[in-house]
Amino acid sequence: MRLEPIADPSLARRLLPPVLAIAGSFLVASLLALIAGGNPLAVFGAIIKGAVGSKFALLETLNRATPLIFTGLAVAVAFRAKLWNIGAEAQLYAGAVVTAVLGTGVLQWPAALLLPTIAILSMLAGALLLLGPALLKTRLGVDEVVTTLLLNFIFLLFVSYLLEGPLKDPMGMGWPKSPRLIEEARLPRIVEGLRLHWGFVLALIAAVALWIINTRTTLGFEMRAVGQNAEAARFAGMPVTGVILKTALLSGGLAALAGFSEVSGLKGSLTLDISPGYGYTGIVVAMLALLHPLGVVAAALFVAAIFVGANAMSRALDVPTYLADIMLASALLMMVLAILLTKFRVVRD
Amino acid sequence: MDIFEILTSAAFWAAAIRIASPLIFATMGELICERAGVLNLGIEGIMVAGAFAGWIAVWAGLPLWGGVAVAFVTGMAFGLLHGIFSVPFGLSQHVVGIGVTLLATSLTFYTYRVVLPEVSSPPKITAFQPVEIPLLSKIPLIGPALFNQTPLTYAAFILVGLVALVLYRTPLGLAVRAAGESPSAVAAQGLSVTAIRMGAVIVGSGFMAVGGAFLTLSAFDSFFFDMVNGRGWICIALVVFGVWKPGKALLGAILFAAFDALQIRLQQTTIGAVVPYQLFLMLPYILSILALVLMSRRAEVPAALMVPFNKGER
Repeated sequence: MRLEPIADPSLARRLLPPVLAIAGSFLVASLLALIAGGNPLAVFGAIIKGAVGSKFALLETLNRATPLIFTGLAVAVAFRAKLWNIGAEAQLYAGAVVTAVLGTGVLQWPAALLLPTIAILSMLAGALLLLGPALLKTRLGVDEVVTTLLLNFIFLLFVSYLLEGPLKDPMGMGWPKSPRLIEEARLPRIVEGLRLHWGFVLALIAAVALWIINTRTTLGFEMRAVGQNAEAARFAGMPVTGVILKTALLSGGLAALAGFSEVSGLKGSLTLDISPGYGYTGIVVAMLALLHPLGVVAAALFVAAIFVGANAMSRALDVPTYLADIMLASALLMMVLAILLTKFRVVRD
Repeated sequence: MDIFEILTSAAFWAAAIRIASPLIFATMGELICERAGVLNLGIEGIMVAGAFAGWIAVWAGLPLWGGVAVAFVTGMAFGLLHGIFSVPFGLSQHVVGIGVTLLATSLTFYTYRVVLPEVSSPPKITAFQPVEIPLLSKIPLIGPALFNQTPLTYAAFILVGLVALVLYRTPLGLAVRAAGESPSAVAAQGLSVTAIRMGAVIVGSGFMAVGGAFLTLSAFDSFFFDMVNGRGWICIALVVFGVWKPGKALLGAILFAAFDALQIRLQQTTIGAVVPYQLFLMLPYILSILALVLMSRRAEVPAALMVPFNKGER
């Protein structure tokens, strides 16, 4: 077999494969639910009910979507420039560490000054963490996938050290957690009494901002050009290395905001489990969104709903919650194939 | 105990060889894939799946070597999946690899929960025991380090020889290397680049899974969720460190494992009392990055690594 580009894909050709990919991941999940002794319809019913079936469930889904929007944007901006940042997990924790360090009383500033300061310094920490692998890539040609992956392990051990040493809460009864943030360092709730904080709004703003950068700025144009063909971009006189480094700073900064938002908005203190792999799930979110910033918001909501719903489903039906992870991994694989099939047709020799 | 004493003890080197064994299997698997032109980032998840599949098979009643075989076949299945996406369809090997890792890991955890819903700690099996090789094991230092290991460790060393032999001394090996260097030349010879690459990814993934199974069937006797813990990513670095050559990759794995064994022992010394233990645990990952940086200038990357081959195009 070989692949042949389709000159002018029809609407059906552009829509059908992605739809089939999502349907396919539901099919995979159904089969696995059957194996575990669950009725697929009941399983999906429980997932939907658990994700959006009540005010509480819906707020939980929005809260879960917040860090995923940030990490999804981080991955999307990097992948679009073919910078394979798999280190959003570590960059998230970099932001979380800065938030925990600066938000626990070192700076006694009013919230209007303190929150932006912490957010910006968090972004800086995440950006710097990705700058290392990006420089190794541009200077020495070291594959950034492996370095960013390895940095995830290194940085989590570093956080573990901080939480057992300098950042440890003396009142924490021996638990590895940081002291609680002061009130001025907490992102307030959007509506009093509802468990949803301004981090969600910040995530939406970030998505729109990235969309504007992508479509309306030179940097956005350059990032796409470098991603499509770095050689051609270089030939056209673009500062390819500079573009890659700027992309890295942007990507790392966005991922760090996830950590800032989780610690400042949701949790109120830093622990080693503030992220159950949001950095990695961000890859799935970005791919499902076809790397589009606004698509990231939709994909993050979808992914968050599956996770929150699967948790509730698992408690009710005895089907392991890992069903959600399987669905998303298979959706990721089928989606990349689907995107290809919107542009190419398979020809037999 | 000071460093010199540690480095001259047979127990230390025996531990290093033991720690190196799963890395050797998985590194050989990755090396086969990359030599044919496919970067296989499914390695981490495939090792998790192999560790579980081998262990659960033995727990269900198969002999230990049966468990190894089940792990190998499990790895081949994920290799087939990776291969279909990355070879004939030529999709991004980065994205496909991460996808396979996520899928293999979540499928493993799901299966674990379905098969063992009620257990709080996983059941144990009777793992491979060390087999002393007569005479050779009596050589001072080297004997107890190299020749009093489990059969699976011996298999790892034999595998390195086999991979080197096939890669450099057989037409098949030549075809695999050519598929990674100049696929159009392979096609011009009337050979199928797709078939060669698919075969390499499938077989290579099988060995990655056996590397995972070493953890449950030889190093330990049970399965834990965070067991593989980045070893797959380290193996990717080891392939680069070994300049895509089996012998050098073997040396790299042993050197790396020696550092790992050393950090475990240093934790119990006076240094360990001062330095936080997390720093020791970081060492393997830091070393991997250092290895990548050091080799970057000299790296002789297979020319067509990560380059999909589509006959229609050239």
